[in-house]
Amino acid sequence: MAKRAAPEVNAGSMADIAFLLLIFFLVTTTIETDSGLNRKLPPIEDNVEPPIIKQKNIFTVLLNGKDQLLVEDELMELKDLRKAATEFLDNGGDGTCDYCNGKKNSESSDNPDKAIISLKNERETTYKTYIAVQNELVAAYNDLRNIRAQALYGKSFLEMEANLNDVNWPGDKTKLKDQLEKIKIEYPQKLSEVQN
Amino acid sequence: MAKFKKKQGGEMPAISTASLPDIVFMLLFFFMVATVMRQNTLKIENNLPFADQVEKLDKKDLVMYIYAGKPSANYRNYGTETRIQLNDDFADVNDIAAFIAAERASKREELIPFLTTALKVDKDANMGLIGDIKQELRKVNALKINYTTKKGAVIGNN
Repeated sequence: MAKRAAPEVNAGSMADIAFLLLIFFLVTTTIETDSGLNRKLPPIEDNVEPPIIKQKNIFTVLLNGKDQLLVEDELMELKDLRKAATEFLDNGGDGTCDYCNGKKNSESSDNPDKAIISLKNERETTYKTYIAVQNELVAAYNDLRNIRAQALYGKSFLEMEANLNDVNWPGDKTKLKDQLEKIKIEYPQKLSEVQN
Repeated sequence: MAKFKKKQGGEMPAISTASLPDIVFMLLFFFMVATVMRQNTLKIENNLPFADQVEKLDKKDLVMYIYAGKPSANYRNYGTETRIQLNDDFADVNDIAAFIAAERASKREELIPFLTTALKVDKDANMGLIGDIKQELRKVNALKINYTTKKGAVIGNN
């Protein structure tokens, strides 16, 4: 028997098939958001005496049901919140904080370690406003930490954190971790939420 | 001059489409790789708010998702109030404890302290419900939470 050459398959419709698959994946793709604001909830403890904190060391932020912002008993716009919080945290009123750049106002916080931001919201507050306020307060802490890291190590705090998480970063990670810890101790995030 | 006249009469040669499948395949592979299939079918509107001080949530297998929002158009018979969704169905605040317990049971024991709860909440939800969820999470000692947001400037977007 004579061998016949196999007939060639027409590849002209390959593009159509590929298009079909492409459109399927285009439609089903949802680029997942996997980033957000990390927070830690306080554990439930029974009958714990609330610590006595001086009024001047508390920065009260109140969000009412109409999404209005009341900071230290004064109405404030969201865009001014970050600056106000930074000023409060960086005040260094009792002079023990040698790295603070604040005004050293004796009416405001003593030390970044003692300064507490207290956030209260009502049940009717919308989530987006709450997130916006949380974001601004975290930003205030991050700004201060960035300035401090820049002064100490010549890099911003966020950059150092990114380096820590980067597998390919060539530097000494234990040292970097210690440096980050030091900044975190100097500007601890003390953000308390009032339970309602 | 005769040379130019001759050219005018000629037709444009057809562009070869032989490389079209290659181009399409390239796009196809990109989308195949980039696609993350949704874990849960959402029955609620889930338009996340914006924030710019975000941290990345890595280790996807160590995240428990709690969704909340208004029932979407197909599920209007459940009302228009903000509801919680766990896995594939609507749930109540009281179901959260059981949900967390089930999630914990499905993970290896040494990983349990690293579990994070991601709250994917619609931006128009009100804080009452979130407060209830947080209280419930505190009761079961699931203290690490993450408010999942889109990345973007706060002022102007929200």
